[in-house]
Amino acid sequence: MSGEEGSEKRSRGQRFRDGLTPKRVGLYAVLFGMIGFYLAPLESGLMTSIKSTEAFASTTPFAPPGPEGATIEPWLLAWESLQESLFNLRGSLANSLFFALPATLLSATLGSLAAYGLTKVSWRGQILVFALLIAGVFIPYQAVLVPLRQFWSFIDIASMLTGVPVLEPRADLIELSITHTAYGIPICTVLFRAYYQTLDNDMLEAARIDGASITRIYRRIVLPLSVPMFAVTLIYQFTQIWNDLLFALVIVQSSEFFVVTQELNALQGALVQEYNIQMAGAFIAALPTLVVYIVFGKQFAEGVAGGGT
Amino acid sequence: MRTDGGAETESRTWFGLGSRSVDDELLESLPFWLPAALLVGLFVYGAIGWNFLISLTDWSGLGQPDYSNLSFEMYRTMIGDANFLAATRNTFVLLIVFTGLALVVGLVMAILVDQGIRFENTFRTIYLLPMSLSFVVTAIFWSWMYNTSSGGINVTLQALGLDFLAMNWLGDPRFRLAAIIFALMWQFSGYCLIVYLAGLRSIPNEHYEAAKVDGASTVRMYWRVILPQLRASTMSAAVVLMVFALKAFDFIFVVFGTNPGRSADILAVMMYRQAFDATNWAYGSAIAIVLFLMALGVIAPYIYMQYTRGEL
Repeated sequence: MSGEEGSEKRSRGQRFRDGLTPKRVGLYAVLFGMIGFYLAPLESGLMTSIKSTEAFASTTPFAPPGPEGATIEPWLLAWESLQESLFNLRGSLANSLFFALPATLLSATLGSLAAYGLTKVSWRGQILVFALLIAGVFIPYQAVLVPLRQFWSFIDIASMLTGVPVLEPRADLIELSITHTAYGIPICTVLFRAYYQTLDNDMLEAARIDGASITRIYRRIVLPLSVPMFAVTLIYQFTQIWNDLLFALVIVQSSEFFVVTQELNALQGALVQEYNIQMAGAFIAALPTLVVYIVFGKQFAEGVAGGGT
Repeated sequence: MRTDGGAETESRTWFGLGSRSVDDELLESLPFWLPAALLVGLFVYGAIGWNFLISLTDWSGLGQPDYSNLSFEMYRTMIGDANFLAATRNTFVLLIVFTGLALVVGLVMAILVDQGIRFENTFRTIYLLPMSLSFVVTAIFWSWMYNTSSGGINVTLQALGLDFLAMNWLGDPRFRLAAIIFALMWQFSGYCLIVYLAGLRSIPNEHYEAAKVDGASTVRMYWRVILPQLRASTMSAAVVLMVFALKAFDFIFVVFGTNPGRSADILAVMMYRQAFDATNWAYGSAIAIVLFLMALGVIAPYIYMQYTRGEL
């Protein structure tokens, strides 16, 4: 976690040893080559997504289309099948937002509270509780899928919400949201705990001596200090939850409420040969996470380094 | 979870002051962690227990499981199932080759990025970009890249005059698993780079200087002096990668559907196919338990090690 600050100041030797020695030229050549490697699938996807069928057949995947072969038609078609119109509340992007945002907020909040309650209490059992939470990060979800399906058929959210507008038809999405909250808690707790361990004891003890309750200490001191960590956790969690397919496959049955990863998978199955529409669809589905990554790349990297996938 | 080798943490407590007893502390901290612990307890540990119970029934098709007659029948079936054995073998291949490859690529990249380069942040951002994408998205990109007649890989190979290397990557059973591993390496090596870079930056500069003074060559220095100090980074990255390899599902599902054929089938996909396609719920649950035990074999030693090092 703390590698991030260190990474700025401690490059090997003095910064930018940029004499144009052959060695440095070779180094940059490799680094740029690797950029090509990491971006190639995206570049070929992007170019393909703006080609007409004829241009698609006549150009190589990495080459841009000529002026007469360029079209935004694939994007419009993909948008049509993923979302239809911007304010279509039953579009798959809307469905994804509907379940991903609450799950992101809830898992981060519960994780922060749990990490606070489990950090530096002298009660010995806290290590065990925390160890069980850590292990939760690494559980192969296959091991809970069948019970999960059973659980959500017994706990029938739809009948609990009978007559409630907006929510009742979205019972599957609510179930998906609760599921992601539960499985997101372990990683959120791990991220917050690593951060809380670095907080200054003296300040908290001083507040304690002044008679502040631990709830008050959390609200007044710890929570405000947690803002940067909330940014990391929220960004990381949002990306993970938005990107997931497996839980949605198991929980969301009605195609009307398919989330975006499900709808994209359906789109690729239906349009096997139409790569240009597939690629446009992939970019549309990835757009929210791409924007988050480009704006908050540093926080995302911190989340990744702190918790793994 | 630490990747920086673990800074010293103080063992003083926040809540434990003066006359307050441990019980008071427990009581006070309870409302904070109990909701999270209950949810995780139910959804993770409760569900795994339930899954084990289901695996002991003979539940399949519609209807509900019958818990009155439990046996290890499904596990016996498994041992005689050639598909299960193939999937297990592929799971191990994926686990080992993917983890090894991603670690090596990540380490080399981290060392290169650590040479005091310009625009370091930009380079890092681009290398990590694939990690922010959904497997559904990357699976669609790579299906296109691997396209036999006009995909990016074969077009590039032909342009380099390497036509004989242009294969039917996803169609030919011989190359499927390799193609999956390569694409997943593409997606995950940026993660390894980030972990290793944090590890490299936590090694004191003097260690580099000392090795330099001793006249060690660069390669020798990294091999002898630096690599051993990256053990903690390697360990935590390897655990994450191996556990991922066990549950890799989304990518393969989007590329091949639920049946990638024997050459690329892995347990995570087979479990889904048995349970949710064929409604062999009990058999799927039994495969899931095997996966869970494999994951446990990876994480239990790791968590125990962290515990003994006082890093929990």
